[in-house]
Amino acid sequence: MTLTEKILAKKSGRAVLSPGEFVLVDVDLGFANDLTGPPAIKEFEKYGNKVFAPEKVALIPDHFTPCKDIDSAGLVKMLREFSRKQKINRFYEIGQMGVEHALLPEEGLILPGTIVVGADSHTCTHGALGAFATGVGSTDLAFFLLTGKAWFRVPETIVVEFSGKLPEWVGGKDLILYLISKTGVDGARYKAFEFTGPIISRLPVDDRFSMCNMAIEAGAKNGIIAPDQITMDYLRQVNPGWVDTHPDFTLNPDSGTVYSEKIKIDVSELEPFVAAPDLPSNGFPVSRLSDVKLDQVLIGSCTNGRISDLKIAAEILKGKKVAKNLRLIVIPATQKIWQEALKEGYLNTFVESGAAVSTPTCGPCLGGHMGVLAEGEVALSTTNRNFVGRMGHPRSKVYLSSASVAAASALTGRITHPAEV
Amino acid sequence: MKLQGKTWKFGDNINTDLIIPARYMTAYEAAELGKHCMEDADPEFSKKVQPGDIIVAGENFGCGSSREHAVLALKGAGISAIIAKSFARIFFRNAINTGLPIIESPEAAIAIKEGAEIVIDLTTGRIENLTENQHFAIKEFPEFLTKIVENGGLLKWATREKKGPIR
Ligand code: SF4
Repeated sequence: MTLTEKILAKKSGRAVLSPGEFVLVDVDLGFANDLTGPPAIKEFEKYGNKVFAPEKVALIPDHFTPCKDIDSAGLVKMLREFSRKQKINRFYEIGQMGVEHALLPEEGLILPGTIVVGADSHTCTHGALGAFATGVGSTDLAFFLLTGKAWFRVPETIVVEFSGKLPEWVGGKDLILYLISKTGVDGARYKAFEFTGPIISRLPVDDRFSMCNMAIEAGAKNGIIAPDQITMDYLRQVNPGWVDTHPDFTLNPDSGTVYSEKIKIDVSELEPFVAAPDLPSNGFPVSRLSDVKLDQVLIGSCTNGRISDLKIAAEILKGKKVAKNLRLIVIPATQKIWQEALKEGYLNTFVESGAAVSTPTCGPCLGGHMGVLAEGEVALSTTNRNFVGRMGHPRSKVYLSSASVAAASALTGRITHPAEV
Repeated sequence: MKLQGKTWKFGDNINTDLIIPARYMTAYEAAELGKHCMEDADPEFSKKVQPGDIIVAGENFGCGSSREHAVLALKGAGISAIIAKSFARIFFRNAINTGLPIIESPEAAIAIKEGAEIVIDLTTGRIENLTENQHFAIKEFPEFLTKIVENGGLLKWATREKKGPIR
């Protein structure tokens, strides 16, 4: 069995499973945000009055917080009151809050071999630590709140093997943008992505998160990486208790596992990759887009708002000024990342270069607030989606890249290879 | 179950940001969301669409975010069913879970033109195009999903399975 099949089998009490079967599984962690939580709560309240397992629930108001208007304040209030009533301790107020997919692993809540459902499509991020993690809708979440369970169709698995020598300035974001440019936005529809190969075995955890985060942009149900030493080292920091009680934990695909497809990518010749509007699959090597002029650059989000992203951006920006007529917005993805960036001096570097630094929020990533685009404006963003109108006006444009390309481009005012600055 | 309506055609990769932009997501009532359904593709859409109308689309309908608001917006606008070459997975499960009929039929999605009057018979598994005198067979749905849709959605199904409120 594949990694995904193994987890689904274990959590549905089955010895073996194959693609296409339907299963009802026990969920280890379920969560929602300020947009998807309220409709889930509304549905929940029609059918029951007690959350099945409050300790398995997290509610994270990150999309429109700190609340952008009266309506969004109402949504967060609903989450807050529901958490109190149902004794859900993992409700994160601003000040402790972070973008959900950066926050939950940091809180030690994402564990290998577990099932994670989130009422947010980028829940697939958490496969980076070897969990089966997938986005669901608000009704699914209501069902989980009531029963502790979720239904799934066992997906076929596409294994993607990355090998070769990773060029300078190329990281997880570039690998996934390149992969999606090959598969298209529906190449992995209903399927699981399993990322393997010598490049993945050496890839830092932050880059793994960026890769699994964007599995959904190829239509995948989940992305997953077999837990290894890098995973364990990360877990030792965020949840030492789990590591101590699971010293021999392993999760590997069986030998001779049949995959629905095998994709091999030699990364040696890759350049940093950028997705042009209006699809994440519309990817090009950065040098092909060097005449695209920018109005705004955003560094942040559940894809690339982690400490390693801020570090590389700060190194590129240090002692330099953001281009005239360009706005640079930096949003550390969680409060912890924000504090660490403060301690390391990154925030100071950003501010001195002319950037605006925000408290953690999804904000501009979904055209919510804190950097919405006007008609005709062009942005380069370290986020994961560039659909029509994603960050604002339907006639604004969004390009997607890594933090290093974003920082370099903020200095020149056009899409720029980091080696150039 | 029979559904009849006029068709509206859309292309490939119609994403949830297009179906209902995030800027309207401070609401979660179908009626309110319906007013802005497909607005960035066609600002007049919600005014033109009539209750019962059916969307016919290309590949990967509903890709993007997990927002169930997309299904609610379509329902709120009056859409009674969607026929597409294929659906994105979270949209697919949201439609099942909330009892919005969705039909994967590449043949029908290609052949049916905008403005056609069509009848979808879910019981016999047939799509009838009254305007062009065509018909298409609907591929059989997995039993597990049929049960959920027939019961009117996931939570209603769960309530019946348990013969009482879910505790
Ligand atoms: S940062 Fe963007 S993609 Fe990530 S959870 Fe927030 S809105 Fe979604």
